[in-house]
Amino acid sequence: MMKRVFAACVALVLTGPAYAAGGDVSLTERDWSFNGPFGTFDKAAMQRGFQVYREVCAGCHSMKYIAFRNFADLGYNEAEIKAIAAQYEVEDGPNDDGEMFMRPGVAADRMPSPYPNDNAARAGNGGALPPDLSLIAKARANGPDYLYSLLIGYKDAPASLKVPEGMYYNDAYSGHLIAMPQPLYGDDVTYADGADASIEGLSADVTQFLMWAAEPKMEARKRIGVAVVFFLSIFVILSILAKRRVWADVH
Amino acid sequence: MSAEKFQNPVVRWIDHRLPVFSMLDHEKYDYPVPKNLNYMWNFGVLAGLSLAIMIITGIVLAMSYTAHVDYAFDAVERIMRDVNHGWMIRYIHMNAASFFFVVVYIHIFRGLYYGSYKAPRELLWILGVVIFLLMMATAFMGYVLPWGQMSFWGATVITNLFSAIPVVGDSIVTLLWGGFSVDNPTLNRFFSLHYLMPFVIAGVVVLHIIALHRFGSNNPIGIDASGPQDTISFHPYYTMKDMVGIAVFLLLLAMAVFFFPNAMGHPDNYIPANPLQTPAHIVPEWYFLPFYAILRAVPDKLGGVLLMFGAIAVLFVLPWLDRSPVRSARFRPLFRIFFWLLLIDAVVLGYLGGKPADGIYVVLSRIATAWYFLHFLVILPLLSVFETTKPLPKSISEPVLGASKGAA
Repeated sequence: MMKRVFAACVALVLTGPAYAAGGDVSLTERDWSFNGPFGTFDKAAMQRGFQVYREVCAGCHSMKYIAFRNFADLGYNEAEIKAIAAQYEVEDGPNDDGEMFMRPGVAADRMPSPYPNDNAARAGNGGALPPDLSLIAKARANGPDYLYSLLIGYKDAPASLKVPEGMYYNDAYSGHLIAMPQPLYGDDVTYADGADASIEGLSADVTQFLMWAAEPKMEARKRIGVAVVFFLSIFVILSILAKRRVWADVH
Repeated sequence: MSAEKFQNPVVRWIDHRLPVFSMLDHEKYDYPVPKNLNYMWNFGVLAGLSLAIMIITGIVLAMSYTAHVDYAFDAVERIMRDVNHGWMIRYIHMNAASFFFVVVYIHIFRGLYYGSYKAPRELLWILGVVIFLLMMATAFMGYVLPWGQMSFWGATVITNLFSAIPVVGDSIVTLLWGGFSVDNPTLNRFFSLHYLMPFVIAGVVVLHIIALHRFGSNNPIGIDASGPQDTISFHPYYTMKDMVGIAVFLLLLAMAVFFFPNAMGHPDNYIPANPLQTPAHIVPEWYFLPFYAILRAVPDKLGGVLLMFGAIAVLFVLPWLDRSPVRSARFRPLFRIFFWLLLIDAVVLGYLGGKPADGIYVVLSRIATAWYFLHFLVILPLLSVFETTKPLPKSISEPVLGASKGAA
């Protein structure tokens, strides 16, 4: 009886603090390549996701914690990273005359933001602030599924609901009224590798990219984790054997 | 206890002048430990290990952290992205904090079950409650440091509790904040205190151990060791038994750190603190949830605060609430039932603390809160008088040897 009570307590403890999303929404769950203890990022999908971010999201959303040098994780080599960085104009300075000036980006630069500050971002988006996307996949419950569901979640509002000016109806958004207009419709970008550019394909790719941005060390973490867990499992077995041996003479 | 027992001349020279080796030797071999301790007695050592892990990872984190409202969040991201293995250090620190509380809660409930708070171990128990209080203060201030949304709003809610104190409440809150809202001075003093407190805890842990070694460990049957046949030396027996617990603890911690590092955190804390935007639900870390439920169960602010601190205050006087001379629940059939009810009650409170404070949850919180205090203030004193306990064994060896003793 006691064991059963204990097991019930453990189950309650484990499920209790699981902070559920909104409650009024249901998310589309996908079998992401990065799920599970052996999960890894899909480099090709991340490169495509970066293209989606760059050509669509980056109009409003910054990613200020990401530097161009980090794109080595996406499978780009040094020359490619330099070329990507050089496509951006970065503010530097002050120079010897005390002036700020623009120059082409280098690998060490962080990605420039679309707006100089939050107020400018609000002014450009009807008062709503487009959040920085560097950490968005960790800053929402069930991050990747949430982002994917949000991006494919734009629907016509039910007749009973009056959608105010500047708001849009979204299935996955808590409260269903979101200030962000539908960003992806399918075929918004042209993939060089001919991959699926439907709204689902684009959304999955950009989600993959954003998950990497939020947790860039995930692959190293899981790789080390497997080794550590393997090592400690042996340690557990050895310590049990050693303990039994030492205790053999205690009655 | 002469220094001659050491072979190494350097050790002998030092020990003659500074008897640290004799002291260690004494704790290792001469300190008698009841031979019937079960794995529940691993959790003291595991709590010490958790504290060590927290201090070591914390010192390393502080090397790359900046306690300023404009830089704290960025500093943590820099640790996660650019500091070599910074992500590992931080995830260990985050998850070991949760594990520390798991371990300490099991340690506390083990003490409750086996009556480890009873004479002559009252001070040992009280020092333990002091450590628990210090841990809660440390954990709360540590959670503020990343300066995410939950950091900021958690700090705002908890510090505001003190404003419920009559007359001086508002002054105390201003003092805690170092200003008129949670802001840069708050973050600075929380960082300073968060760094200080673990060492205060370590000091109280030393006292806790001194008090423990005065009468030695309690044991599952709760009667005192009657002689050498009832005890064994700490080393190698309990060092090896603790090793098993340590190995399992590290294995579980590693699984959390490497595979579910954010499972016990709140996603909102990856959003930078914004004083102008309140999160939908402000929830503290999971280990505070039972107390949070008690706080919110009371419609009056001061009442809620008093009851929340009262929930810990009853632990201080527990040795005098439970007057039953029998320590272990094994020989207290009624107490044992109420123990499990209390454990369920605590878990239910934790569950309710994570739910919004409306509707059925408030009603349940009130029932669970009432039961918590009823257990300590009414049931335990009554049980001490009316419970018929089972007969105690004559010695620790008797139940261990069992029937075979007669044959021998």
